[in-house]
Amino acid sequence: MLRSALAAVLAALALSPAAHADFTGKTIKIGVLNDQSGLYADLAGPGSVLAAKMAVEEMGGKIGDTPIEVVFADHQNKPDIGSNIARQWIDVDGVDVIVDVPTSSVALAVAQVVKEKNKVFLASGPGSSDLTGKACSPNTVHWTYDTYALAHTTGQAEVAAGGKSWFFLTADYAFGQALERDTTAVVKAAGGEVLGGVKHPLNTTDFSSFLLQAQASKAQVIGLANAGGDTINSIKAASEFGIVKGGQKLAGLLVFVTDIHALGLQTAQGLLLSESFYWDRDAKTRAWSKKWSEKMGGGKQPSMVQAGVYASVLHYLKALKALKSDGDGKAVVEEMRKLHTDDTLFGKGVIRADGRKIHPMYLYEVKKPSESKGEWDLYKLVKEIPGDKAFRPLTEGNCALIPGSTPAPAAAPAAGAAPAAGAAPAAPAADAGPAKK
Amino acid sequence: MLAVPIQALFGQLLIGLINGSFYALLSLGLAIIFGLLNVVNFAHGALYMLGAFVAWFLAEKAGVGYWGALLLAPLAVGLFGAVIERLLLRRLAGLDPLYGLLLTFGIALMLQGLFSNFFGSSGLPYEMPAALQGGRALPFMFLPNYRIWVIGVSLVVCLGTWAVTEGTRLGSWLRAATENAALVSAFGINVPRMITITYGLGVGLAALAGVLAAPIYRVSPLMGADLIIVVFAVVVIGGMGSILGSIITGFSLGILEGLTKVFYPEASNTVIFVVMAIVLLVRPAGLFGKQA
Repeated sequence: MLRSALAAVLAALALSPAAHADFTGKTIKIGVLNDQSGLYADLAGPGSVLAAKMAVEEMGGKIGDTPIEVVFADHQNKPDIGSNIARQWIDVDGVDVIVDVPTSSVALAVAQVVKEKNKVFLASGPGSSDLTGKACSPNTVHWTYDTYALAHTTGQAEVAAGGKSWFFLTADYAFGQALERDTTAVVKAAGGEVLGGVKHPLNTTDFSSFLLQAQASKAQVIGLANAGGDTINSIKAASEFGIVKGGQKLAGLLVFVTDIHALGLQTAQGLLLSESFYWDRDAKTRAWSKKWSEKMGGGKQPSMVQAGVYASVLHYLKALKALKSDGDGKAVVEEMRKLHTDDTLFGKGVIRADGRKIHPMYLYEVKKPSESKGEWDLYKLVKEIPGDKAFRPLTEGNCALIPGSTPAPAAAPAAGAAPAAGAAPAAPAADAGPAKK
Repeated sequence: MLAVPIQALFGQLLIGLINGSFYALLSLGLAIIFGLLNVVNFAHGALYMLGAFVAWFLAEKAGVGYWGALLLAPLAVGLFGAVIERLLLRRLAGLDPLYGLLLTFGIALMLQGLFSNFFGSSGLPYEMPAALQGGRALPFMFLPNYRIWVIGVSLVVCLGTWAVTEGTRLGSWLRAATENAALVSAFGINVPRMITITYGLGVGLAALAGVLAAPIYRVSPLMGADLIIVVFAVVVIGGMGSILGSIITGFSLGILEGLTKVFYPEASNTVIFVVMAIVLLVRPAGLFGKQA
């Protein structure tokens, strides 16, 4: 208590001399909060910090006379650590915006803190569609992707290809549960069924036991509702245990370019996946990725999460420039919404009232080793899914910010049951399914 | 969930045995090192990771395949371990074991940090040798050949190590030096050299496990950190310093963990610690340890 009171006094003192521009503190401070050393460090980590710095550089390093500074921290994928850092950043260090925050459980906690303190949260790394659904906030912008979009791109494609019966391997936390729930809805809406599933702990090494259970279920599709290292290990073990040769299909519901690189094409070939950004999509993405890669010391390509950090920070700074103030987080997000987004990586887009950023998603297939021309030449485009098809319709998310959002009657029980943390996500999603179609 | 067919259960038991092979190989090295040096070797996980990386380097830079790596990587890491022992650990002899723990923990953090910095966290692919690819269809599961190989190597190495310590003169010196180093050196045996060799051997076993793991898991800087805590629990349950104990507990806890993955997967990475807590309450010296 004493510390935050002291911080408030200090912040007030720091505020007073800045008469000409209305920025809190002497600098605009951007805090990149993510996994710096664990299983999500490659897809976010230091690469996201660099992406944020590139956006700052592009804005000339300052707005008016106020310099922009980027700080970062490691939340170790733990919600308590993440929300503590967020509090300290905002209360003591004068951070104005928190960026990235992969791991949905941490992101949901940080969103709460940011809302309470009226700052801005630009979510790029986390997946849970609840961030713009029942946990939506006027201070959150969810940029890169979400579990609903993954379900309606990769999941939909697998169902369309004839995958009617599913078995899920689900990472046992907010993200995995949301992804399983959203994909289950897609499967059921198409008349398919879910035969079973396993909830595995985050960061598991050996998946052979779970895959054996998936095999025994005789499901046509094994849906991987996990991410990063967990997905890599699942796919490796599936290849070793002859799952795909046995006639079952793997659906990597969230697979990043860094995962495919780590797996190698020999193991990953033929896999369908969705991303909102791929470094080799067009000349603009290639140019940006080249710059990013050089600054990272070469030999790597950016993930969609890192691209999302760049684009969201850039758009945030544009809003600050127009608004000439960063004190009121809600007002900044409002301004971000007013300015339509337009950047080299995600193209033109909008930010909706529930905080959801809308842009196209791309369905890719992993290349065969013979088709690849280089270490990072990994995907071929299957199709582009327009933003309004990929992301959840505004009124179906149960976001309290949407005035007309008397939730569809079928969707109401889903909101009620979901806090049971995936105890029975399949059942409510089944109810929500027909409403969406 | 309870209606797990008996056939599926066989598959799960087998998989548990495979994971147990890694636990056994790693905890064996830890037990040997603790037995003779009285050092709780927290660097063990990092050296396991180092073994996998040496294999990757050999394949990538020198064109040496899996079979060569199986021999060379443990040798290289063993030598590295001997250097650590000579230069660093030796200076802590006679001090509280806590110092050794802190030193090795520091080494582990530095190695992991160094490799994460250069190679990232998602890991690198390592080809499985052609001779061990594929698998055989058992009535209850498809068993990859490589996994059979892992169980075989682990059993041979573990039992071999046990036989050496129990049945040879070198082993008897080793055990004697564990009891009373001063007396053994009075008989003209070079105890310091024996300690160096033992440490090198222990970490060589970790590196061997690392090479075995490389084709099935990722060669990743974090692979050791993920495993080491479990392996420590195995050693504590088996009884610190008990060689046979660490082998038996390694395999049996692998099986226990495998069964948990069927009946209650959410708890699969905590079940070993529950067992550890119970064992510590009932038999503080571990299942096979000498009661103080």
